[in-house]
Amino acid sequence: MHAGIIFFLVILGSILFHIFTPWYWTDIASNWKGMDDTITLTFWVGGGVFVAVCLFMIYCVFKYSYKEDRKAEYKPEDKKLEKILTVATTLGVAALLAPGLIIWNQYVNVPKNSIEIDVMAWQWGWQYRLPGNDGKLGTTKVVNINDDNPFGINLDDPYGRDDIMVQSDIINLENNRPVKILLRSVDVLHNWYVPQFRAKMDAVPGVVTYYWFEPNKVGEYEVLCAEYCGVGHYAMRGGVEVQDPNSYQEWLGEQETFSDLLAKQNKEIETKKVAKNNSNIEKVIYKEEK
Amino acid sequence: MSDEYENKSGYQAQSSEALTGSAGSTPDMDYVRPAELPEQDLYHGHTFLTKWVFCQDAKVIGVQYFLTAVFTGIVGLILSWLMRLQLGFPGLAGFITAEHYYQFVTMHGMIMVVYFLTALFLGGFGNYLIPLMVGARDMVFPYVNMLSFWMFFVAVAVLMASFFVPGGPTGAGWTLYPPQTILEGTPGSGMGILLMLVSLALFVIGFTMGGLNYMITVLQARTRGMTLMRMPLTVWGIFTATVLAMLAFPALLVSAIMMTLDKVIGTSFFMPTILKAGEVLEYGGGSPILFQHLFWFFGHPEVYIVALPAFGIVSDLISVHARKNIFGYRMMVWAIVGIGALSFFVWAHHMYVSGMNPWFGFFFATTTLIIAVPTAMKVYNWILTLWRGNIRINTVMLWCLGFIVTFVNGGITGIFLGNVSVDVPLSDTYFVVAHFHMVMGIAPVMVIMGAVYHWFPLITGRLLNETLGKWHFWATFLGAYSIYFPMHYLGFIGVPRRYYEMYDSPYMTSAVGMNEFISLAAFLVGAAQFILIFNIIKTLKTGKPAPKNPWKANSLEWHTSTQPPEHGNFGERLPVVHRWPYDFSVPGAKDDFIPQTTPPSEVVHTKVEKT
Repeated sequence: MHAGIIFFLVILGSILFHIFTPWYWTDIASNWKGMDDTITLTFWVGGGVFVAVCLFMIYCVFKYSYKEDRKAEYKPEDKKLEKILTVATTLGVAALLAPGLIIWNQYVNVPKNSIEIDVMAWQWGWQYRLPGNDGKLGTTKVVNINDDNPFGINLDDPYGRDDIMVQSDIINLENNRPVKILLRSVDVLHNWYVPQFRAKMDAVPGVVTYYWFEPNKVGEYEVLCAEYCGVGHYAMRGGVEVQDPNSYQEWLGEQETFSDLLAKQNKEIETKKVAKNNSNIEKVIYKEEK
Repeated sequence: MSDEYENKSGYQAQSSEALTGSAGSTPDMDYVRPAELPEQDLYHGHTFLTKWVFCQDAKVIGVQYFLTAVFTGIVGLILSWLMRLQLGFPGLAGFITAEHYYQFVTMHGMIMVVYFLTALFLGGFGNYLIPLMVGARDMVFPYVNMLSFWMFFVAVAVLMASFFVPGGPTGAGWTLYPPQTILEGTPGSGMGILLMLVSLALFVIGFTMGGLNYMITVLQARTRGMTLMRMPLTVWGIFTATVLAMLAFPALLVSAIMMTLDKVIGTSFFMPTILKAGEVLEYGGGSPILFQHLFWFFGHPEVYIVALPAFGIVSDLISVHARKNIFGYRMMVWAIVGIGALSFFVWAHHMYVSGMNPWFGFFFATTTLIIAVPTAMKVYNWILTLWRGNIRINTVMLWCLGFIVTFVNGGITGIFLGNVSVDVPLSDTYFVVAHFHMVMGIAPVMVIMGAVYHWFPLITGRLLNETLGKWHFWATFLGAYSIYFPMHYLGFIGVPRRYYEMYDSPYMTSAVGMNEFISLAAFLVGAAQFILIFNIIKTLKTGKPAPKNPWKANSLEWHTSTQPPEHGNFGERLPVVHRWPYDFSVPGAKDDFIPQTTPPSEVVHTKVEKT
């Protein structure tokens, strides 16, 4: 009989662990509470099924353990019972699927008023770009990327000139303002993930992927790369600071735009021209600027 | 050379001598259609080489597959120890660098999924059990079957060789996602990945040879009276899994070939424009997501290639040891076939956050949750088989019960991950690791262990020691459960998978204790497997000889001319089947089991419902 007792203790232990666990969600800091709620619902329904199935199994182990003189029931099929179980399971599954799909619909439809952020990933680091006054990000190309044009912005794209460049692995966000994260990778797969925001998506070289969320709690958060990207994967962290609108605007004002950078380089080039430096890249930039 | 083909006179099987019913009954009652084909000629090896090495007997090939797969499994187990050593106690073993860690992760994953579980279930149990259970003398193409094993053997050798090449084995993760797989920055991106791809291709080729055998043997070589709906569920599970494998493995082969071309001659199937260390590489226009679609088109059916044989085997074990017919046999068969078919429509649920078109999410979440329905039906039928049974609580049954607990647990967490928006916060975290280890690691291993204890007397003629068996079970079950149950909660905190270490992270500092505990449990579970090895050695030396059909089972493998069965399996005459294999505890019957070969005339006074 001890087998049934041990199985029972395992199930009981699982329930107690779930109730008393100190390890659970990090406090949510975005609008995706619906995800947490669906998980809680799935825990109730799924956990209920798990416990019910296991307890029934344990009951059978206690009640129908082998006895020489007992004969098992002989009943190959029970159409009615099978039908009831199929229908009940289908209903249960549908009840879980529905909220999941509703939230997914919100996840893939980005609100119109969200601010776009270009998150650029490489082995192994992050940097960010925000649209300038025109509210639009300039187009980019991987082949354009070099020390003088760290985001690879197309020089002939007028939208790119006022883009705000954050050459740091920490980005600031405005509280209660939805952000559309545009993910870009120049080499391998990456994934910009903040556990408190719940949301994530892979950055795929060659395409721009996206997701959105609305931070709703001021504070600092750690960014983790959530898609394996080679030997430095575990060290590919970044940061997010969610600020109230005033501090955010202040921070935004301190950032450099692409024109600022070009102007600075132009000056450098001028200086270097005097010094008769003619490295190839600078020649190109010089031409572009003319 | 004394090797020779045994020449059986062809058409004797067509004579209807099996019409002889036993005393006093009408012969018509026992009528079974005559065989349509002559019996096959078997090649009997006589030298050591032809008998034990290049052997064409499916049973020997099955054991060869089994032992080779177990060898890879032990390698995988040792790798998991090293990983847990690093994760639980970072820095304790200074030789484990990040490169090594990722190589361990990758090789552990690939070995366990493909070279251990797939080879063990299909190559091992498939070869041993299919001919015996359907009443065939051997597989239909014994020579190809032998080649299949040796191709697998070479694939394993190539895989193991990658440990010793410069740069070591690939550390790209078992999913081998490009572009990082073949770029510097990933360990083993030179020789390591090439050997992996070659090994996988060899595996697929070898497996195709075996798979043809399993499918055609089931379809064409069943004995007289063995209708499809009288086959043991073990055969149904392995058969359906083989069909899946034949359709799914080509996708893996194709992606391996394309990736090899990308690596070796610089094509760009999966490689977009890439900037690496300030230089633009000579790739452009390829799609990394295309690889993921191809990989998971193989990868998801692969889960069921492992699960379906486990479903089938565990059904048989539960039925035999609960002394009760499997509940809802027809439902079980259709569930296996239905799950198999559906498994080709769910692959992109591994890719919800991969950057594919997000509208796919709606479709794949729906198909994924639909597959939960037939799967749940199977679970209900297992526990309803126990209900009102007469359950022997022996080692075999314990493994089955352990399977039910772990499989239901892992199945439920699958509903979390399949439900697209719930997957978003949980994907790429330890929740996923816990889920798939529970459902396709621990649960199938529970079945394998149950099957080993169940069929060991058939294969060796000796019974494994029950006391050691129970210790082995409890250490494995409790240990594995304490590894993977708490691990889900690491995922809730947000701990991502495939992190070499992250103890400086605020997400992790609270869980150091749990991580250490998980590692200790992992060491214990691994060590507990040596109880089985000890048990096997001890039993082979001094074990109790098993009586014929020790579990009083009905299926044909226990009703061979000798135990262990000889080459050709059934002696002079092939068995004739009159019923399904689950006639246990039939009211009115003398014993609590009626073997499949028992003609109706011998059990006229019983209330047999399903034949």
